Amino acid sequence: MTGTDRDVVITGIGIVTSQGVGIAPHEALLTADTAPTPVLELEKLAPYPVHPLPAIDWSQQIPKRGDQRQMENWQRLGVFTAGLALEDAGLKDDAEACGRMDMIVAAGGGERDIKVDSLIVDEALKRNDREQLLNEKLTTELRPTLFLAQLSNLMAGNISIVHKVTGSSRTFMGEEAAGISAVETAFHRIRAGQSTHTLVGGAFAAERADMLLLVEAIGAHSLHRWLPLWSRAEGEGGGMIMGTVGAFLVLESRAHARDRGAKIYATIADIGGDRGARDEGRMERRLERLVEPARDRASDTVIFSGASGVIDISQREKAALEAALPGAALRGYGGLAGHSLEAQFPLGLALAALALEAGARVPSFDPAEAAMAKAASHAVVTTVGHQRGEGVALLLAESREV
Amino acid sequence: MRATRDHLGRPLVAVTGMGVMTSLGQGLDDNWRALTSGISGIHAISRFPTDGLSTRIAGTVDFLDLPVQNAVERSYAMAQETTIEALAQAGLSGDFNGPLFLAAPPIEPEWSARFALADRAGPSEKPDDAYDRFLAAMRVRPDPAFHEAALFGSVSERLSDRFGTRGLPVTLSTACASGATAIQLGVEAIRQGRTDRALTVATDGSVSAESLIRFALLSALSTQNDPPQRASKPFTRDRDGFVIAEGAATLVLESLDAALARGARILGILKGCGEKADLFHRTRSSPDGGPAIATIRAALEDAGLGESEIGYINAHGTSTPENDKMEYGAMSAVFGDRLPQIPVSSNKSMIGHTLTAAGAVEAVFSLQTMQKGTMPPTINYLNPDPAIMLDVVPNVKRDAQVTAVLSNSFGFGGQNASLVMTAEPA
Repeated sequence: MTGTDRDVVITGIGIVTSQGVGIAPHEALLTADTAPTPVLELEKLAPYPVHPLPAIDWSQQIPKRGDQRQMENWQRLGVFTAGLALEDAGLKDDAEACGRMDMIVAAGGGERDIKVDSLIVDEALKRNDREQLLNEKLTTELRPTLFLAQLSNLMAGNISIVHKVTGSSRTFMGEEAAGISAVETAFHRIRAGQSTHTLVGGAFAAERADMLLLVEAIGAHSLHRWLPLWSRAEGEGGGMIMGTVGAFLVLESRAHARDRGAKIYATIADIGGDRGARDEGRMERRLERLVEPARDRASDTVIFSGASGVIDISQREKAALEAALPGAALRGYGGLAGHSLEAQFPLGLALAALALEAGARVPSFDPAEAAMAKAASHAVVTTVGHQRGEGVALLLAESREV
Repeated sequence: MRATRDHLGRPLVAVTGMGVMTSLGQGLDDNWRALTSGISGIHAISRFPTDGLSTRIAGTVDFLDLPVQNAVERSYAMAQETTIEALAQAGLSGDFNGPLFLAAPPIEPEWSARFALADRAGPSEKPDDAYDRFLAAMRVRPDPAFHEAALFGSVSERLSDRFGTRGLPVTLSTACASGATAIQLGVEAIRQGRTDRALTVATDGSVSAESLIRFALLSALSTQNDPPQRASKPFTRDRDGFVIAEGAATLVLESLDAALARGARILGILKGCGEKADLFHRTRSSPDGGPAIATIRAALEDAGLGESEIGYINAHGTSTPENDKMEYGAMSAVFGDRLPQIPVSSNKSMIGHTLTAAGAVEAVFSLQTMQKGTMPPTINYLNPDPAIMLDVVPNVKRDAQVTAVLSNSFGFGGQNASLVMTAEPA
């Protein structure tokens, strides 16, 4: 066993994507010989392709119907996936450990009531006293429970209620950067001894017209069909295909994990985030600095890139990573799972940890990606925000000899 | 040589700059004058019509000149102004060069933006198709301003650029505890040794018809509209809900070492932070106050102080029937027989509940209480709740020197955070 007591290790993984529920389908695709087939929903929100929610039995992680009813799918998915991570870490029924467990959730907002919003704007087209109309309709039509289903911090609130995680509860917001900061903050707290074990992650529900509207406001969606991540310029639209994703991790100090005999997937050796103007090579220079800790072992590294698909930014990220880490194998997981904003970075860590633990020779996800000759012992996870913010984590495989 | 480490050997965290804005005005001086004079900032809402609404009052901030009237612009503008004030007090200019922790409300697109989209979209073709039409309209003509206004990261982005903070800013929401959580994150970062300074900001300019109605539907708001300044009456028998309000606060945190090294004036020490999540209910606290008790105890323990050392409590004191009862119970459990001797006042009696900003706004006032030797009152304390035996500093300010203050923040979603602040010298 190597490492020090305050190493930050991953001991639990909860993962849901269009590829399936839980670790098994994801480990299978990471260790397969050939590129997995993406799962798409093309009709429901046409012209926007999305990677949909897989078949899921909420009651496996949210046993009370009453709890399920208090949420919409965005919160349900987060609570469900958090439960998977706790179960995988062997902490699900450990009330004492959950009562001391810290939690950082990266959250957007919950579902709007499309019926009520439609009712109001349709009525408003016929009236001049729109503000008065709002008062009337909101007072009579809004469901109080839906307000709670929309509140950003109520994903965490529901995790406390359903899974009894109550050491602390913090919700970070701000799209992709929220996911980066959530893991980064948990990492530094554990390293400094401010936390022994932290649940961290997020979820994104892609099959939501209110969310698609946000991205369409800058024309960033790919339209009509799926294309490989690094080839989106060949299609119509801006390059993003959203994906429904839940991704949670249990992070622990090595000492805490060892004391309870927990299985360790990987160590987070380094993590960093930054932001700023992206013109004139500034984004490339930040990425170069953020991946610096991985430079020495590039040839033994697999890169899980969370590139959003936004054409120009994704191409620039790819070029920057190839230049900074020559010999590393690049895998753009957004091509497979879609882009999931707050959940994107935690998803990358989940996949990277699974790949390292399985000793996977990860198949290329995309024709533009080269095959791996052997399994890597290092993984770099990147997320470059579709509008702003960049983050990088470096993961190390646990020593394989026992 | 004075000690710059705490009882656990961690760097002490000093506050060297503060800025605040509420419905009482802009800046710490104006706010403090009004607050210690027992003046209320609560007024009838003029931002939108309130006909037919059960609650028609708020503590909105209406005196700012905004480029566009929306919640993002208002929240940003307030945060910018309080940060300018705090940095000036700290004597810092140029790039801040430390991390930014921002408590900001989750802001959704304004209704005016939805109406504008509906106006330029085609007519309804099937029931419930508003968003299909919005999307079609956006495909014809994208609207980057809509995108930016709906991103939760937009306010921290602008603050980072404006003040030259370092790294990826954290934007957070822990509901009504958010302001305290932002401060806690700043304290943690300094204790980790990752930085000598942190900028902690909390802002909330999100009062709108929809936000008001949403809270009203949860029966959380006072409906005693007339007169508005009497509606917020924490710890009284006739309290009937909180008054929604806006505000912002900024605190410049520095390691005491770094602050002393540059000769900064120390306004107080952020001595301890505590938190504990509640699993009882989405909007209600555990009836036994267990998590709130654990939160206060955690803050005291983190500060290395005993219960007997707290000289004043800045209560969460929302004026809802449930919070004030629960908070009293939690304080009783922690402070026991001594509680009636500890002055406890609620700033919310005058400024209302500034939601996301409240924890930071009230931290500023807590530090100012020690700086000035004056406790702001709990106004509208005319009909005490006989079940709540507290010295609430009723109606009139009180001059008294205190050296250690506790400030509580509790929120929806089981959020609880408490801060312990001490006077300089620590």
